[in-house]
Amino acid sequence: MKSALMAACAALALSAPAFAETFAVTHARVLTAGPAGEIADGTVVVTDGRIVAVGKSAAVPAGAKVVDAAGAVVTPGFFVTDTGLGLTEISAVGDDQSASNASVSAAFDVQYGLNPNSILLPVARVAGMTSAVVVPYASGANEGDADEGDEMTSGGGPEGAPAHGLFAGQAAVITLAQGTDILTRAKVAMVVPFGDGGAKLGGGARGAEIVAFRAALDDVRAYARNKAAYDRGESRELALSRADLEALIPVVQGRMPILAQVHRASDIRAVLKLAREENLKVILSGAEEGWMVADEIAKAGVPVVMYPLADRPETFETLNATMENAAKLSAAGVALAFTYDGVGHRARETRYNAGNAVAHGVPYDKALAAVTINPAKMFGVADRKGSLEPGKDADLVIWSGDPFEPLTQAKAVFIQGVAQPMTSRQLELRDRYKDLNRSLPPAYTH
Amino acid sequence: MRIWVTAAAVLATAAMGGCATTGGAAQAASRPKAEAKAAPKPLPKGLDPQASANPFPSTYKPLAGRPTAIVGATALTGTGEQVDNATVLFKDGRIEQVAAGLPAPAGYEVIEAKGKWVTPGLIDTHSHLGVYAAPAVAAHSDGNELTNPTTPEVWAEHSVWPQDPQFNTARVGGVTTLLILPGSGNLIGGRGVTLRNVPGRTVQDMKFPDAPYTLKMACGENPKRVYGSKGRAPSTRMGNVAGYRAAWINAADYKRRWDDYRAKVERGEKADAPKRDLGLDTLMGVLNGEILIENHCYRADEMAQMIDISKEFGYRITAFHHAVEAYKIADKLADNGICVATWTNWWGGKMEMADSVEANVPLVDAIKGGCAIIKSDDPDVTQRLNQEAAEALAAGRAAGLNITEAQAIRWITANPAKALGISAQTGSLEAGKRADLVIWDKDPFSIYARTERVYVDGGIAYDRRDPSRQPVSDFELGLAREGVR
Repeated sequence: MKSALMAACAALALSAPAFAETFAVTHARVLTAGPAGEIADGTVVVTDGRIVAVGKSAAVPAGAKVVDAAGAVVTPGFFVTDTGLGLTEISAVGDDQSASNASVSAAFDVQYGLNPNSILLPVARVAGMTSAVVVPYASGANEGDADEGDEMTSGGGPEGAPAHGLFAGQAAVITLAQGTDILTRAKVAMVVPFGDGGAKLGGGARGAEIVAFRAALDDVRAYARNKAAYDRGESRELALSRADLEALIPVVQGRMPILAQVHRASDIRAVLKLAREENLKVILSGAEEGWMVADEIAKAGVPVVMYPLADRPETFETLNATMENAAKLSAAGVALAFTYDGVGHRARETRYNAGNAVAHGVPYDKALAAVTINPAKMFGVADRKGSLEPGKDADLVIWSGDPFEPLTQAKAVFIQGVAQPMTSRQLELRDRYKDLNRSLPPAYTH
Repeated sequence: MRIWVTAAAVLATAAMGGCATTGGAAQAASRPKAEAKAAPKPLPKGLDPQASANPFPSTYKPLAGRPTAIVGATALTGTGEQVDNATVLFKDGRIEQVAAGLPAPAGYEVIEAKGKWVTPGLIDTHSHLGVYAAPAVAAHSDGNELTNPTTPEVWAEHSVWPQDPQFNTARVGGVTTLLILPGSGNLIGGRGVTLRNVPGRTVQDMKFPDAPYTLKMACGENPKRVYGSKGRAPSTRMGNVAGYRAAWINAADYKRRWDDYRAKVERGEKADAPKRDLGLDTLMGVLNGEILIENHCYRADEMAQMIDISKEFGYRITAFHHAVEAYKIADKLADNGICVATWTNWWGGKMEMADSVEANVPLVDAIKGGCAIIKSDDPDVTQRLNQEAAEALAAGRAAGLNITEAQAIRWITANPAKALGISAQTGSLEAGKRADLVIWDKDPFSIYARTERVYVDGGIAYDRRDPSRQPVSDFELGLAREGVR
């Protein structure tokens, strides 16, 4: 069964044109992550890069190529949420994920640093990841994004004072498809550190940061009401640069969510209160102590981006972290999106993290949603991404088994209907050195 | 398999025979001869490295256990075998028997384990628990003595905070033995300490009795970055190598002076003892084969150079750690009997991590004589070594290697025991070994598997359903979250 499937996938991959034609995946166990739920023996029909039909008895159009999945699992391509993918190659060498620029804080926009040729993208792609939410980090205020090495990078230590304002900048959604333009949607969220991270940006304490944050929003509203006066130099003094003021207009208008990086229960409550009083749309990021205020988060209708494995008292903000966090938030009715540890190299662990969440009490369909439709909804691309539904992009993965299991592999990955090459620099290295007894040095194998 | 077991046994014997913590007995045996000849005055307390070989002795006491029969489980024994419908018997802290279908003897506590899996207790050969304790505040940053690139005189056990809550989370993940290492900022970072993962009031309460000492060394970017940025040597890789060699020259000279001294004493001649030097004691211990080298080294070319250095000075490298390029020289590593302790998924943090491949461990394992280990170097990964191993297993199969789970479990059990010189004690479910074992609710290579019970020396160190067997550190008392996280 597997060899037939692989042969079919390989044939499709070889023959797939840049603009995908019509094809159908048949006899699949389809986990749609959409209203159709799970379809035991389903068909997915794709035309010109879009899904045109999903169902038990979806008709295969005449002339369509057919991939017989022979019972294999098909899901939407997974989301890598909260990542530096596209902005970094080697962490220690540098990245485009943060800047220290006094006049570019809220205005910082990750879309301009995206590199479609990054060696990280194929590594994530061959593991079934097809979209990513690329998130900026405040320099000097971030958590966890530098810790992708050995013990030399752990253990803390003083960090440099941040040289920018209260905002980390604007996130974007990208596609992990091979190609030249990977931007799916820019300006999907305004990233704002709260708690210790926000306190650092605010001068050293929460009491300064929240006050300064509210004053900034007030400035934005004043600016938005009368840009002409600002440009004539007739407005009162505003703390932010013009670029930052502009960037925050969609935030004060409730059109752009803030992605609030927040961990401690009391800080989560402070952010919920702030959002209520300032009419902000908010997504929580981190929320390790979210389980303590799960009902309040649920009542506010606020979704959460979280690392389901955060269970240690790593900082004084996460003293009450627990593996049960995801299950308790989910049970309270909070929509979750799962992230992973590190900058972007370990993005493929997203699917294992979803599996661990299930092992610790999150229902399977909720965990699947947390790596597909939920991030798509949170970051405004659910009209095109996140589930297998007619009209959406044909981003789908054929798996050898349960996609959360490490022993399962992605057998074929389609993005907008195009079969993606199932190779990466890592796999090329592996194959170069698999046989150490070649007559010529390894450099001749490529 | 047979070859490997033999090699492991030889290593264990060599290491145990001369190891620091059994040194006392060895001296007791040899001393009377010298005394009979000249009866020289012993050196003042603290000046003789042999007499003072174990100044911080283990006070470990196993948790009380009962004779126990785990019945009906699927056992991955760590010897390369899978035993279905297995009965595992242990008593007095030692494994008695593992066999299919055995009835439980009278007087044994019977654990019905149909559908469940049993493995040896997991061993993490690269941990910084206690020396980089949680919360990760500056006051807990005790793993890197970054004041000199060569610090063989420091011992990780003197930095271990036994109340680090992360020992508890690691135990929930099935980890029963850990090697706590100093960090990698120095060329020679200091001694590691092998711990039983049981709660203790002191680090001595956790020390694995009679485990050999280890010495951390580090290649590559970290030392040259740390000291280069201070404007001192090393600031390059060639500076690194000069630093190792200078240290070993000093060690060889120190050893010569002590050997000369002891030879003279043995002959009844007048002799003046060299002044004891803590750092050189440790390096001399390596040259004497008593202390095992655990060498942080990412790149293949650097590992090959470290092997040459070990030959120049006559010591052995027990394991390369991180070693993300081990697959490029898996043959050389096997030829030299060196284990590889690494992750599956970590890469790209810095240049020397760029060439990591998921199949590193299975590719090393596939070479005849290869010794592959999954380790954590991380307080999250240590909770899920089984998953990191599953990912490696999948990558190996994807590379076309035919690997069973019974083979792969050795990456987190028997092979790490070998790399710590304790394979005669733990790492597999074999009669006579310590009863360190884990009962899993599912196949441990599944993402959904969780530990149900963790035994250390036959005592219940963790039980998922019994709060009285879920240790809570002092630090966690009074928090909203106590007990199992």
